Amino acid sequence: MERLASHNVGQQPQTLNDKLWDGHVVHQAEGEPDLLYIDLHLVHEVTSPQAFDGLRLAGRAVRRPDLTVATMDHNTPTIGLDLPLADPVSAKQIETLAANCAEFGVTLYPMGHAKQGIVHVIGPEQGLTQPGMTIVCGDSHTSTHGAFGALAFGIGTSEVEHVLATQTLPQRRPANMAVTIDGDLPAGVTAKDVILALIGRIGTGGGVGHVIEYRGSTIRSLSMEGRMTICNMSIEAGARAGMVAPDDTTFAWLEGRPHAPTGADWERALDHWRSLVTDEGAMFDKEVVIDATSLRPHVSWGTNPSQVVPIDGAVPDPDAIADAGQAESARRALTYMGLQAGTPMREVPVDTVFIGSCTNSRIEDLRAAAAVVDGRHISAGMRAMVVPGSMRVKADAEAEGLDRIFTAAGFEWRSAGCSMCLGMNPDQLAPQERCASTSNRNFEGRQGRGGRTHLVSPAVAAATALAGHFATPEDIR
Amino acid sequence: MEPVRQITGTAVPLRRADVDTDQIIPSEWLKRVERTGFGQGLFAEWRSDPEFVLNQPRYKGASVLVTGPNFGTGSSREHAVWALQDYGFRAVVSPSFADIFRTNCTKAGLLPVQVDADAAEALLAAVETDPAVVVTIDVEARTLLAAAAGVSTTFPLDDFTRWRFLEGLDDIGLSLRNEQKIVAYEAARPAWMPSAGRVAAT
Ligand code: SF4
Repeated sequence: MERLASHNVGQQPQTLNDKLWDGHVVHQAEGEPDLLYIDLHLVHEVTSPQAFDGLRLAGRAVRRPDLTVATMDHNTPTIGLDLPLADPVSAKQIETLAANCAEFGVTLYPMGHAKQGIVHVIGPEQGLTQPGMTIVCGDSHTSTHGAFGALAFGIGTSEVEHVLATQTLPQRRPANMAVTIDGDLPAGVTAKDVILALIGRIGTGGGVGHVIEYRGSTIRSLSMEGRMTICNMSIEAGARAGMVAPDDTTFAWLEGRPHAPTGADWERALDHWRSLVTDEGAMFDKEVVIDATSLRPHVSWGTNPSQVVPIDGAVPDPDAIADAGQAESARRALTYMGLQAGTPMREVPVDTVFIGSCTNSRIEDLRAAAAVVDGRHISAGMRAMVVPGSMRVKADAEAEGLDRIFTAAGFEWRSAGCSMCLGMNPDQLAPQERCASTSNRNFEGRQGRGGRTHLVSPAVAAATALAGHFATPEDIR
Repeated sequence: MEPVRQITGTAVPLRRADVDTDQIIPSEWLKRVERTGFGQGLFAEWRSDPEFVLNQPRYKGASVLVTGPNFGTGSSREHAVWALQDYGFRAVVSPSFADIFRTNCTKAGLLPVQVDADAAEALLAAVETDPAVVVTIDVEARTLLAAAAGVSTTFPLDDFTRWRFLEGLDDIGLSLRNEQKIVAYEAARPAWMPSAGRVAAT
């Protein structure tokens, strides 16, 4: 008998999240967290060295090296890959991952490898991420993989060690939250704008303790890339994970990928995957409804991802915010960001543009940005950079000629990695530099000490690079 | 982890909401492969301001951090917990914690003490005025007492996690008690599920 989520005939209606959960419980006991089986564990250089050390100290092995895949992404350079790393501390971290993978028999896609890239880009790309799976990684944006109808969430290093040793994880069952988005997205409005609008509405704590299932006609008509962008930022809404029920879009995207099932196995898998939907009548603990037809491109103005406005709007006035705590954090944010209340967003000058990160660095994102910049040039004094999410995305983009469009427009074209998303490698903002970024976090100093981050979609980032201030593609036509 | 039964000490007031893990320990510090030595990087950016609360000599030696809601939001880096512990904190008091941060705390042995907004505010105000206010946190009873602040409250900690704190138990060992069940589960997994070692011929 195959375990996993069942067809659930004649039982209580269940949410997709609960089906996935129940299908992975190894052990359940009153008063204890459930012990969940983990189908795929993704590992990177930053949150794993202390976990491997723990294994060594306890004399433990990696239980399922075949369900574990490692890559280098957070701390790797995106230029000069053939040169030794300038920073010896970074070099040591990278060497440590290579040594640990060799010692424990874990598959590694190291720097420069054709399959290397941001951990949340390569999992789906290689077909390792499939519907119905449990997927974890020592990185909060593991929620990205939920776009395939998987239960995928970020863990800390102690939990990384736990999964390496046992292939399981003790977890408390999260609550269910539905985010229903209906209607056609207006021209120029993307998945990124949908998720920024949602976080603006429910706040950075809006999803705490919940798994979000994204539903509705807007989600159904989104590509896998768009669904990944939305699930990716579930964590910015405080949620444990985000997911979308798999459908024909999912299956078409997966078919033929290196790790996808083939032949009779593909048919068996499809049979199972088609059962992975929330049953009619299943109850959610919380529901939010969004009308897609009224959305506009969004830009963040503050230092947390809920501080956003439509691009047609202005920097808000903290005095007009009713909640005292939020007014105070808005005041602090405006000081840090060097912004005046009331300034129209389109009048805010920008000096740096970053197109990349696990939120928006897939081929579709690069195509959207390239379509905007094609035949044009970035504004004077602008520093603009494209960092593909993986070496495969990079190769695909180069085959389509996107790299030439970007470089002709004045963009830097880099190799794959997290890069300026977190400013751990040399790609950083200088103090007070202002960046339109397709990444997911606008925290103080996230992209470099004193740097000012504004979260936007790839289309807005591209238009902003041309205009020198926040702009939409229509603005520059 | 070491057993934690009772924590008694003074507290540092950090009057900020949504303190993210990038603030607790900036990414610059994540290059290290060790588990110790992160205390120096704790709130590194804010500490460059001489007025910042951790730089005030009157809060030296405190073992409890009192802060605003949604503490530990953002990145999953457990380094944030290690930095707080390495600096000398044994408990963090807040009206709410981000999920992953809270889990990381319970794995590493830093006690997350969630109290209601009024109790947190009373404690913040009292400690801001008088750094000598003593806070006593009892894991067994799940209580927080700060008599000088007029705060006496309880906090949530499920029985299982409480037991792990009291006994200082290793989670991996606990899970491996179910080895037979893990083996049985693995035997029933469909063979078509992906494996790192198997790639379809293309
Ligand atoms: S791209 Fe940014 S958010 Fe994504 S995994 Fe890398 S550092 Fe984390």
